[in-house]
Amino acid sequence: MTTAPARTAFEDNDHKPVGHGRMLRKEDPRFIRGKGRYIDDLQLPGMLHLAVLRSPFAHAKVVSVDTGLAEEHPKVRLVVTGAMLAEKGLAWMPTLSNDVQAVLATDKVRFQGQEVAFVVAEDRYAARDALELIDVEYEPLDPVVDVRTALSADAPVIRDDLEGKTDNHCFDWETGDAAATDAVFARADVVVSEDIVYPRVHPAPMETCGAVADYDAVDGRLTLWSTTQAPHAHRTLYAIVAGLPEHKIRVVAPDIGGGFGNKVPIYPGYVCAIVGSLLTGKPVKWVEDRSENLTSTGFARDYVMRGEIAATADGRILALRTHVLADHGAFNGTAAPLKYPAGFFGVFTGSYDIEAASCKMTAVYTNKAPGGVAYACSFRVTEAVYLVERMVDCLAYELKADPVALRRKNFIRPDQFPYRTRTGWVYDSGNYAPTMELATRIAGYDELRAEQAAKRERGELMGIGVSFFTEAVGAGPRKDMDILGLGMADGCELRVHPTGKAVVRLSVQTQGQGHETTFAQIVAEEIGIPPQDIEVVHGDTDQTPFGLGTYGSRSTPVSGAAAALVARKVRDKAKLIASGMLEVSVADLEWSKGAFHVKGDPSASVTIQDVAMRAHGAGDLPEGVEGGLEAQICYNPENLTYPHGAYICVVDIDPGTAKVTVRRFVAVDDCGTRINPMIIEGQVHGGLTDGVGMALMEMVSFDEDGNCLSGSLMDYLLPTALEVPDWETGFTVTPSPHHPIGAKGIGESATVGSPPALVNAVVDALRPFGVRHADMPLTPSRVWEAMQGRATPPN
Amino acid sequence: MEHSVELAELAVDAAALQMPRHVPEQGRRSKGLGRVGHRAVLKGAFSMQVPAPFEYRRAGTVGEAIGLLDRLGDTARLVAGGHSLLPMMKLRLANFEYLIDINDLHGELGFVAVEPGWIRIGAMTRHRELLESDPLAAAFPIFRDAERVIADPVVRNRGTLGGSLCQADPSEDLSAVCTTLDARCVIRGADGERVVPMADFHQGPYETAVGDAEILTEIRLPVHPNGSSAYEKVELRAGDWAVVSAGAAVRLDDEGLIADARVGLAAVGPNTAGIPGIADALRGRPPSQELYEQAGDLAAAGCDPVTDRRGSAEYKRYLARELTVRVLRTAVARIGAPPAAGDGDINRQGV
Repeated sequence: MTTAPARTAFEDNDHKPVGHGRMLRKEDPRFIRGKGRYIDDLQLPGMLHLAVLRSPFAHAKVVSVDTGLAEEHPKVRLVVTGAMLAEKGLAWMPTLSNDVQAVLATDKVRFQGQEVAFVVAEDRYAARDALELIDVEYEPLDPVVDVRTALSADAPVIRDDLEGKTDNHCFDWETGDAAATDAVFARADVVVSEDIVYPRVHPAPMETCGAVADYDAVDGRLTLWSTTQAPHAHRTLYAIVAGLPEHKIRVVAPDIGGGFGNKVPIYPGYVCAIVGSLLTGKPVKWVEDRSENLTSTGFARDYVMRGEIAATADGRILALRTHVLADHGAFNGTAAPLKYPAGFFGVFTGSYDIEAASCKMTAVYTNKAPGGVAYACSFRVTEAVYLVERMVDCLAYELKADPVALRRKNFIRPDQFPYRTRTGWVYDSGNYAPTMELATRIAGYDELRAEQAAKRERGELMGIGVSFFTEAVGAGPRKDMDILGLGMADGCELRVHPTGKAVVRLSVQTQGQGHETTFAQIVAEEIGIPPQDIEVVHGDTDQTPFGLGTYGSRSTPVSGAAAALVARKVRDKAKLIASGMLEVSVADLEWSKGAFHVKGDPSASVTIQDVAMRAHGAGDLPEGVEGGLEAQICYNPENLTYPHGAYICVVDIDPGTAKVTVRRFVAVDDCGTRINPMIIEGQVHGGLTDGVGMALMEMVSFDEDGNCLSGSLMDYLLPTALEVPDWETGFTVTPSPHHPIGAKGIGESATVGSPPALVNAVVDALRPFGVRHADMPLTPSRVWEAMQGRATPPN
Repeated sequence: MEHSVELAELAVDAAALQMPRHVPEQGRRSKGLGRVGHRAVLKGAFSMQVPAPFEYRRAGTVGEAIGLLDRLGDTARLVAGGHSLLPMMKLRLANFEYLIDINDLHGELGFVAVEPGWIRIGAMTRHRELLESDPLAAAFPIFRDAERVIADPVVRNRGTLGGSLCQADPSEDLSAVCTTLDARCVIRGADGERVVPMADFHQGPYETAVGDAEILTEIRLPVHPNGSSAYEKVELRAGDWAVVSAGAAVRLDDEGLIADARVGLAAVGPNTAGIPGIADALRGRPPSQELYEQAGDLAAAGCDPVTDRRGSAEYKRYLARELTVRVLRTAVARIGAPPAAGDGDINRQGV
């Protein structure tokens, strides 16, 4: 692995004992010893087990549900159908996109795997056995499977539950200036168009979704342990739906085995568990199995895109134009800020300074599972970056231009930041050329091109793929970003105990990102208490301040800023107390990490621990200063942060079998100030592996009847260590100007940036066959078909 | 993982109110999957990674296992490694009232015995043991080729030769290997042993010649001088089922002409299959690229692939040709060459 040092104002301070740097993760001892506590580890006295009966049909009328036999099962305590929920007004629930979704089907089932009934029984086995005793009569309806025909006049209407609905239209969305874009296209020397599909994929977290609901009828309190990336947002939604005050609901997210956006939505299973506990008076556990997770929970992508790029003959990119057909499944369950139904797809202009851009999107309902924003997609930046980076390569193909040189020529220049894109996004900071330069240097780009030329002479297929991305993470400014009316700000509380140990309480929730370490380091850097002495509390609404949770790489940009600022607030108070202790004015104090010194008298100093004891002690405090050493804050980000990166991938393709081998992958990321480089590298490694999966093997596919063909990990393939090379990572540092410590998000950069690099590499390898584009997943069969000149969209 | 069937495919076929491809009809006695309840499949497709109730027995000897099978009939199923059977039971695609665990038979049936003219392999020999066996690799390099790409170490530590053959999955690697090597299958029942040639062992997808009260105890492989073998598999991902795989076994005569050539293919038909025409076409001729390509054409013409998510039928047919050429070339090149050293070190094998 190569980690190339970059000399900038913010150096990687790996070797500093306090604060930012390469520190082992505080949470790892429990994980590597198998002592993590996940939902299924939770055992409560008298706990019952819930199993969900799901629809075998993609689209069918529910004629009748007979639960008689199931109720007779000796271990069954409760059987609930959609009709029973409807009596209580609970058959439908709001989605995060202001749509509604059936908790249990009443009128129709709208995707295969949809929830139809549930059983609560004394053990997990009995609950599953009883599902077989429920007799559901369905009247199958024609399903809408192909997004391209969803709006045709004869397509059956899926959402006839919505009043007046006569088609499968979900929403339209536009951005950019269509007229200006058309004008630029009309005068461009070169216009290249391509149909590009980003197939439906699934995040497939290692831990599937689940919950334990425990309603205490005596004090009217509901406790819900659940696999949620957003405990506070979920609690508020439960409160609204159930009519309970928030303080009667406690949502706890214990250790979570991966989220990737899959655990942002509220799933019917959680609601069923709550209903189960309400009706039985017992704790009820629901843990979905792998097939349920793959077939019914939040998918990602599923965009059918038409990309167009306009340029001058000498390779100056002028404009981008795109039409997108978005498959949102049976219910619009997308988790995105409300004013952004297409997420942040608007950043599809990428890293380039162009004259005009426009996008028209149509979203439709189909008989597939709901979802849409998941798998580390940064609210659709994944699709946007894939589109622009594929289109730039298509342009390079037509111009016979080098893809690195073409990108360099069109980069937004450093002096243009903050840069307002043609679709209205304000990139906070960026310095793209050095990042690209470092990536080409690590890769040995020129040597690779020479090797490729020699191999082509011999008929060998080697490809070099480049992508350069600008991410948009850290949602977001509350003036225009909210989820169901909840502003996307995050709270943080810091309490320093008398002995100088501290507890920091976050509103975001880790699913493996290392918050317990990173946030301790952020606070440590600001107040000089060693990170080992700072406990990070998160994932429990009773213990933490309100905030919107962890997704879209928002933890460090939003909550990380809150942690730094709350620590500074505590430090400011500590400084007042220190001035009293040292009997000097505040202006005469200097802060060096962990202690206040009297200017000009280094021997006169007090440590933060001294101050903490004084703050809680019996001695006098300066006038007007309260005892204690703590603070709280709610941080409203001024803007998103915009990390960037340059990725270079080298593939070899066996000309006989068309099998792609990823030989090398160089990833140079710029996420601003780096807090823990080891955690950053871990995030990047994971995202790159995701990219290999999506580019080469992953796809949620359906047959013509709407049957999901990817319902197990035998059929939905995830990459293993053998499919990935040794990652070669590097970094540059361009701090965010508005973030208190200059940090940007990193969690999804690699997932966003790697698929285009991989596909560009495969397409580059296939250049001798005249291939300009081939859709993911690039399985041997699909690569072979591209070699035969018959590349087809995936289905 | 080693899995014998595209489970989701079975599930959705059933869900569409059709009997799943490869799954016997409801109520039919099945050597393969037991009584596959249509209703159970239909309802269980999406929430059944918990098996239905079953009884568990443990056999200490082959005789005891046969006695239990004899008594319990088709309500019982032997479980060896379990990596195919248990996932199917968890998905309730296969339901049995009794599982008879035969892992205690490993002492009796776990062996690789080299004898004059034959190698005998016990049915309970585990993948890892096949991978690590140097005598087996010396006589039949195809075994090590195949074992290196079967599933992953966890599965290889547990899965067995007999279990692989009895699962009778069309994509199963060891079935293709045994087809290629013209294996004889020794089946024992209450009345004694019978030997069935590999060509007759598989009787359709997931169905074999093993009766309800019988057990596959060993396979016998004829060893020919001046011969070698090879195996190659294209998979979407390490450990996945083959898109297509091919094995070849070639024997040369004293003049260096092909005395016999066998090719076995997986995942391109209802069972792993030999391509008998290849032996006739190649016999008596000197090995050459042109000859391999001719064999490849026969393989492509003689197989019957279907389009699925692992690839189009057209691509698979193409691949049958390409892999046939490759394994024939490798097998011939290996004749007379010393076996590669150190290949049996599993720590150096892929996942």
